[in-house]
Amino acid sequence: MSFEPKIVGILCNWCSYAGADLAGISRKKFAPNVRVVRVMCSGRVEPAFVLKALQSGADGVLVLGCHPGDCHYAEGNYKAARRMPLLKKMLAQMGVEDERVRLEWVSASEGDRFASIVNEMTEKIRQLGPFNHNGGGANG
Amino acid sequence: MAKLKVALYWAASCGGCEIGQLQIGEKILKLVEVADIVFWPVAIDVKYKDVEAMPSKSIDVCLFNGGIRNSEQEHIAKMLREKSKVMIAYGACAYGGGIPGLANLFNKQTIFDRVYLETPSTLNNDHTVPQPKTKVPEGELNIPEFYDSVKTLRQTIDVDYVIPGCPPEERTTWLALEALISGKLPPKGTVITHNAKAVCDDCSRKRDVKKVKKFYRTFEMIPEPEICLLEQGLLCAGITTRGGCGAPCPQANMPCTGCYGPVAGVIDQGAHFLSAVASVIDSNNPEEVRKIIDDIRDPVGTFYRYSLPDSLLGRARIK
Repeated sequence: MSFEPKIVGILCNWCSYAGADLAGISRKKFAPNVRVVRVMCSGRVEPAFVLKALQSGADGVLVLGCHPGDCHYAEGNYKAARRMPLLKKMLAQMGVEDERVRLEWVSASEGDRFASIVNEMTEKIRQLGPFNHNGGGANG
Repeated sequence: MAKLKVALYWAASCGGCEIGQLQIGEKILKLVEVADIVFWPVAIDVKYKDVEAMPSKSIDVCLFNGGIRNSEQEHIAKMLREKSKVMIAYGACAYGGGIPGLANLFNKQTIFDRVYLETPSTLNNDHTVPQPKTKVPEGELNIPEFYDSVKTLRQTIDVDYVIPGCPPEERTTWLALEALISGKLPPKGTVITHNAKAVCDDCSRKRDVKKVKKFYRTFEMIPEPEICLLEQGLLCAGITTRGGCGAPCPQANMPCTGCYGPVAGVIDQGAHFLSAVASVIDSNNPEEVRKIIDDIRDPVGTFYRYSLPDSLLGRARIK
């Protein structure tokens, strides 16, 4: 059987979730690989959420928030924009490929952009293969 | 009342926990009034076979320090669990993996290559590395098998209580021993400390607004003695670390490194610490944020100093 990437999408309520909704309402075709979790703000996304997703079998994690300056709570997305680079720097040390975790901005009017990000990420992770859960040795 | 039977063991650890146990000082006399030490490799000569011969559940309390790095440690941990009524993970290594747990950034192969072949002072032309079994004219020799990953004690056996710390502070050790001596034991699974809140709760430094433009390593600055270390740009883990130690490190101008494990309710200490550190960065400009993050040279070693094996990912992925 061919590998179908499992991607956990964590989307902010105000922009990106509405953007994903718009992609659906507009009957855009996009990869069905993202499982969406709605949060109130990308600033709510703790790094532990991303790690928990990877630990629980996700092959990638996509975090989407409002464009800078557009946050419903004024600053939440800036917080996400500070956490994700630090988290990615740490994940690089842990041998997790950079493409597996991605932060993007999608507004409520950007259904097209949502669809293309999802397609792009699904393809990237399909190339990378499943997220490997072991230390590369015989005894774990 | 019959005397309590106590066993103490060390696995993948440095020996500092034994020092921690001795730090109770003259209280050790109180301990030996009520307890007999039946197994303690660092101090008394009792062999593995003697422990093996003990009846099941005949030891009242086992204080086990160190993570599980090889098959010998795993075997003894399982044996002591079977012989002991109460099993306590003593110290940061048994609890979260500790400093030896940082070896989970590598695996057996990469560690052996480095240690036995690549280090500049090593001459090993035959490329000899330890093997679990070796044939010699006299027969077959066995040494314990080295594992790819360090595991915590709780990942290996059922553990009743945790005494955290690297090493546990005297007051924490005594708090647990008092509970054991008096028989007033907390609910199973308790991490025994004086304070379940963060180290900040014990810390006397003044806290104001946390906005950081630059992170420093400890040798790069002399901190102001009254103000929160994190506010001064030192990566202090106090905010994410269980208190009860009395915050001796921040009081000595050194940032907390997190040895008491996560505060109650947090499952991944490193992720929690990382999240807090990123949140205090005082910039909304991606370029500037990147530059500030560049000062954090070793995120895993900083955020998961004592808890990499106990973290959500547990170890680095190695292809």
